[in-house]
Amino acid sequence: LQLDFWLAPRGVGYPVDVRVPFPSLQPLKAHLEANGISYSIMIEDVQALVDDEQMEMLRERRWLPLSTNTFNYATYHSLDEIYAFMDLLVAENSQLVSKIEIGRSTENRPIYVLKFSKGGRNRPAIWIDTGIHSREWVTQASGVWFAKKIVQDHENDEGLASILDKMDIFLEIVTNPDGFAFTQTKNRMWRKTRSKHSSSVCVGVDPNRNWDAGFGGSGASGNPCSETYHGPYANSEPEVKAIVDFVKSHGNIKAFVSIHSYSQLLLYPYGYTTTPVPDQKEL
Amino acid sequence: AASMELPPSQYPAARAAALATGYLCYRRGGPGLGLALRHVRRARRQDIDDVGHKYHLELVLEDVLDKDSTVNCTAEVLYHLGNKHIAPDVQFTIEGELKNTDEADNTFYNRIKSLDKELVAENIPDSHGNVSPEMEPIHLLAWVASGYVIWQNSTENTKFQLACIKHVKQVKRSDEYLEFDYTILLHEMVSQEIIPWQMTVLWHPQHGVQVTQDSRQLKPTWE
Repeated sequence: LQLDFWLAPRGVGYPVDVRVPFPSLQPLKAHLEANGISYSIMIEDVQALVDDEQMEMLRERRWLPLSTNTFNYATYHSLDEIYAFMDLLVAENSQLVSKIEIGRSTENRPIYVLKFSKGGRNRPAIWIDTGIHSREWVTQASGVWFAKKIVQDHENDEGLASILDKMDIFLEIVTNPDGFAFTQTKNRMWRKTRSKHSSSVCVGVDPNRNWDAGFGGSGASGNPCSETYHGPYANSEPEVKAIVDFVKSHGNIKAFVSIHSYSQLLLYPYGYTTTPVPDQKEL
Repeated sequence: AASMELPPSQYPAARAAALATGYLCYRRGGPGLGLALRHVRRARRQDIDDVGHKYHLELVLEDVLDKDSTVNCTAEVLYHLGNKHIAPDVQFTIEGELKNTDEADNTFYNRIKSLDKELVAENIPDSHGNVSPEMEPIHLLAWVASGYVIWQNSTENTKFQLACIKHVKQVKRSDEYLEFDYTILLHEMVSQEIIPWQMTVLWHPQHGVQVTQDSRQLKPTWE
């Protein structure tokens, strides 16, 4: 029966503790009952306790959620909590999800991207980023939710399943971690990065004006104190350069979606002109 | 004067619509009723020589407290030419009746009138976006009053929206009016700036909302 005695037999009248493998449960119960030996259950499922302990040991702090099923999606979280969520998600779904560090922010925070893939090599991929503007908190929260939804629905949702059969999804939840930390500690309205380039007293570049597409044109400002400061040159921000390097080296990104709040607007290329792109109708 | 149809979802119409909504809300709103723009149904622009640009708008507005409750309206916004900034002229017509807020207004009025100490509050909504039920009338009053500030300060190149109330303090008065001193944050969409603005707001159930004094504040250094 492969019984594992945790408190070995000592003599008549003394109790024993025994761990019972699942297939042996019924035969053992039958044997005990047939011989009039009383028993009680101390632990219903030992494996569950072992799993919990493993999880606990993976973390420093003891008050983080134990799984992405107990994570509270209905509240805003700190940067540490979101990074811990990513690790949990990967640990729970290592077949589907992996975490990649694509670079470091100005303040040397790691920049992470989650990869959702059912296999293959360098499959065509969809990119989604949230939180490029750090004050737009609902977007990072949405990114956390997107990650969980992809994991939950990747088999039972036809559309998602068929996408993942052929394509990978890359999801960057906290695209501007320095800005996000700043909104949590100093200024809830902070939007930009936290870099200092010029001799100006003002900090930060609008990462969404730092791309190398119509750089420095209308809609952006050359004033370092402006909320739409484009930066000294395109890709000056490590947060932006990290994405550019990743996308270029991947070489097979087919769709690039960036989430912002607020407005209820769907915007498509290009932001610096009113001339429609050739495939505007399809978009 | 030439007139052209505008795509209702694009920014020139959207900016004029935001301005019209702010003005309309100021004229008709109160602690029991705030109106927000749901969408623009139709927009036309007329360039009037030596005068300015006139927008003709068909709008759908929604009740801030009950998003399913909508009302149609038409509005005309005239942005004046010239370097000196003059507030745009706005005219509007609302289709049908707005909800009656007499009961809610009187409840709020009596509640504030009977306070021992002047009301003081901060950060509405809080940084998580929540407004407590007791603070909702204070929030709506700011929403309505900010319509005035938005109207007075808008141009064709700006789109303002109330972001939050940083601080509000009731000022006791000997007459029947309620007075509140607000410091609000306005979000300007084009520049993405968050601008602190002080406004003194008077209200009475029968006399509506009035902004008696307002001034743009200098941004404190956040770091």
